[in-house]
Amino acid sequence: MTLSEEELAEELADGTLTRPPSRARMVAGRFFRSTQGLIGFAVLALMFLLAFVGPLFSPWTYTDKDFTAFMQPPSARHWFGTLQTGSDVFAVTLRGMQKSLVVGLLAALVSTALAAVVGAFAGYFLGWTDRVLSWVTDLLLVLPAFLILAILSPLFGSGQWPLFVVMLALFLWMVTSKIVRGMAISVKEREFVQAARYMGVPPVRIIFRHVIPNLSSLLIVDATLNVSSAILTETSLSYFGFGIQPPDVSFGTLIADGSLTAVYAPWTFWFVAGLLVVTVLAVNLVGDALRDAFDPSSGKA
Amino acid sequence: MDEPVLEVTDLTVSFGDVRAVRGVSYAVRPGEVLGIVGESGSGKSVTSAAVMGLLPPGARVTGSVRLRGKELIGAPERALNSFRGKSLSMVFQDPLSALTPVYRVGDQIAEAVRVHQRVGKETALVKAIELLELVGIPRPAERALAFPHEFSGGMRQRVVIAMAIANDPDVIICDEPTTALDVTIQAQILEVLKRAQAKTGAAIIMITHDLGVVAGFADRVLVMYAGRPVEVGGVDDIYYRSRMPYTAGLLGSVPRVDRRGRQPLTPIEGNPPSPAALPPGCPFAPRCPMHVSACDEEEPPLFEVGPEHRAACIRWQEVHPRGPGRHAAPSDGPRLRARGERSVLEVHQLVKDYPLLKGAVFKRRIGTVHAVARVSFDLRQGETLGLVGESGSGKTTALTQILELAAPQEGRIVVLGHDTARLSRAERTEIRRDMQVVFQDPLASLDPRMTVHDILAEPLRTHGRPDSGRRVRELLALVGLDPAHAARYPQDFSGGQRQRIAIARALALEPRLLVLDEPVSALDVSIQAGVINLLDSLKARLGLSYLFVAHDLAVVRYIADRVAVMYLGRIAEIGHVDAVYDHPAHPYTQALLSAIPLPDPERERSRERILLEGDLPSPANPPTGCRFRTRCPKFRTELTGEERELCVGVEPEVRPVGEDQGAACHYADRRGVG
Ligand SMILES: Nc1ncnc2c1ncn2[C@@H]1O[C@H](COP(=O)(O)OP(=O)(O)O)[C@@H](O)[C@H]1O
Ligand code: SF4
Ligand code: SF4
Ligand SMILES: [Mg+2]
Repeated sequence: MTLSEEELAEELADGTLTRPPSRARMVAGRFFRSTQGLIGFAVLALMFLLAFVGPLFSPWTYTDKDFTAFMQPPSARHWFGTLQTGSDVFAVTLRGMQKSLVVGLLAALVSTALAAVVGAFAGYFLGWTDRVLSWVTDLLLVLPAFLILAILSPLFGSGQWPLFVVMLALFLWMVTSKIVRGMAISVKEREFVQAARYMGVPPVRIIFRHVIPNLSSLLIVDATLNVSSAILTETSLSYFGFGIQPPDVSFGTLIADGSLTAVYAPWTFWFVAGLLVVTVLAVNLVGDALRDAFDPSSGKA
Repeated sequence: MDEPVLEVTDLTVSFGDVRAVRGVSYAVRPGEVLGIVGESGSGKSVTSAAVMGLLPPGARVTGSVRLRGKELIGAPERALNSFRGKSLSMVFQDPLSALTPVYRVGDQIAEAVRVHQRVGKETALVKAIELLELVGIPRPAERALAFPHEFSGGMRQRVVIAMAIANDPDVIICDEPTTALDVTIQAQILEVLKRAQAKTGAAIIMITHDLGVVAGFADRVLVMYAGRPVEVGGVDDIYYRSRMPYTAGLLGSVPRVDRRGRQPLTPIEGNPPSPAALPPGCPFAPRCPMHVSACDEEEPPLFEVGPEHRAACIRWQEVHPRGPGRHAAPSDGPRLRARGERSVLEVHQLVKDYPLLKGAVFKRRIGTVHAVARVSFDLRQGETLGLVGESGSGKTTALTQILELAAPQEGRIVVLGHDTARLSRAERTEIRRDMQVVFQDPLASLDPRMTVHDILAEPLRTHGRPDSGRRVRELLALVGLDPAHAARYPQDFSGGQRQRIAIARALALEPRLLVLDEPVSALDVSIQAGVINLLDSLKARLGLSYLFVAHDLAVVRYIADRVAVMYLGRIAEIGHVDAVYDHPAHPYTQALLSAIPLPDPERERSRERILLEGDLPSPANPPTGCRFRTRCPKFRTELTGEERELCVGVEPEVRPVGEDQGAACHYADRRGVG
């Protein structure tokens, strides 16, 4: 029991707090008390800030071309240097970061949520629900994801990135869902689930209140990994010219372009790559801290 | 008097900074039985592991352990190995972990013989078979070829005992040898241990938390608390003239199977201290009803309070134990109350079979487990029905069938006036509100990811009640917990407190019927008493009806108005508790009651036990006719051949044998058992 929980408890006793802390508040409290969580969260917040507020401070937008400076190293005029086309690296990097952060985080969230829901429903209800859901899972598992994304890529033209997120997510969730299904079967046998059933809690509510939260460690680790894989999948798709379509940019397209010129113009590659690594690390820190925050027994002697 | 074979002096064990054992001294003489009792965590097992030299590497041990004058502490591993299993052997609680799963039982015992004796393989095997016979394994030559997993729990424990006595040891240390076993099997194992002791003349150290087992078995008793002996003495001194408030408290907190009447049990307040944070002075002080300020000054030493009787209490002269006393003569006839009018639960001819499956991937059905076979009982408003029976008798299955609120496989279940086969969705929800359940293991039945507040609010939300913090606080206060703890998680509480949370959750919706599956069997005696008292007072205050499943007959006698005894999926006997306990009519009930050890040494010494032979038969293949006939002492010894035919051919139904008492036996006959 930590100090602030104790304080909460005391408030409760005084009756000043009519609604005792909900689970969300407890988890948030634990999360922000861990150094890891704080650092990860701060870095990630900074990245978002940089990606969305940064461009306001730059004289260039990502579509601007400076025909007086091709392939120039960083300078006061172009903070991160310029590309072969005369684009400002700072501006395009931030634009790419916007896309990648949003695409990566959303795709990871959607895919983990999908895995959790499908796996938990299949494992909890078994029977025909399970058969149908498992069939869908297996089908998606054998489809060649990359090929399909490539074929569909013309659809992801300008403004269609949400579709891209959905498609990415659609090919990331299957393996996790199978694991979740197995774990849901065993959680279902646990007495607290029986207790809830005998209390009259409807099955769907049991799944969301008892089954899925008890798989949260797995799900959070999975989501964390998925952020990286979503960003990386997007990167490789874009590398081959699928995925995010020009004139829009993403980490993927930038790394693809930058890697060609990295040797003699390192600024075209290393700023993007560095930000990618920092983002992935921060996501992992947040993931670790969240997992601990969800599990009340972890980190206690 | 003989020289002691084993002398332990000032033994201490610490793990890092935690002092788990703090100065234990005792001595046992050949042929003597020393009982060591204490609650879980009091250091009983660590003490014996230290004596055996079986502690994990991180443990620091000081003091002295002398076996026939030879010092064992600090002795080299080689020397220890020559003692272990030879002069000093051990029987553990879990016999499966003491046997190697991949070797045949006979070979394992032969191996144990050959480690310490220079004999040939053949001779060792012959000796092994003799030993199996001695511990009462039927057809020992044949069974010696079986693997451990092919034995039942009780039979495995016999094998372990056979191994323990293979080399005529001087001392046998038994660590909770019967805790995992059913009471009729426990009686058999205790008998085997006595026989083994008579054969080898060994001293036995019997470690247990069960005050009944010690009363009948031990000559002397050592009571441990917080890693230290707090009272040592002859068994009668400890039980009748205890001079330590903790011992007196323990004895006051056990319900008695041979006592009627409802004087509330006296639980010991609070929880045992954690060995890492002992209070200054007397470690029992925070829970002691006789505590004075002088107690906090220094830890009391063991005072000489009588011949060979010592107690660690500065006020020992003032301790006047109620003692377990004499058996209240069953003279005043069963106090039969008229049963209530309204029935809250009726079960008619309930049947539940499980398929018996084999194979890991492709499951084949190879038989049917008849877990519940035509069971009937009813429960009236304000009544408590105890459902007792050994494990596998079908208690839990019967409960689940009721709780599912679905149409049973066969038979009829009527809950709160509604037949479960014809329930609409709305009715089912309504019944779920009025019927709540409490499980055995509170840690498993409370979602570890939810705070106590969320746990208690869940039933309220589910049934559309405002989940106000006030109601949650009320509930916590109702079960004797601090309402300020609503923000904690179940893991932050002790076992007894967790069970109180589970009870609070069950009461949240003001139900009419509470189904309790072994609600106190996971708790220590001193804690158990508090929960029993709580259940008892809640029932009276809130007008609840309980269906109370337990294997502990003493608890059921204490809390229940009526009792149903189950055997192999059938009801053997049912009726008013006093009628059934004082004059059981079914031979199984008689055996069950006589197998329960009483925490009363004098009564234990004068009792005649009815020992049942063998194990519970498999419910997949129950005997024809009366299911109990393979173990029935009456069938075996009293009935004539002609009479037996009825038992073999016709399955007896429950027939009334008294005012509120019925038994499923063709030759039921009410008699008192000792
Ligand atoms: N899900 C199940 N599948 C197969 N057999 C079962 C199942 N549940 C219980 N049984 C069997 O039913 C019998 C009765 O078990 P149970 O009701 O748990 O007894 P108790 O609660 O009295 O210990 C036992 O033989 C047990 O092995
Ligand atoms: S010494 Fe004091 S606190 Fe300890 S048992 Fe005796 S009376 Fe109680
Ligand atoms: S019916 Fe026969 S076998 Fe069964 S309990 Fe009665 S006497 Fe024993
Ligand atoms: Mg059971």
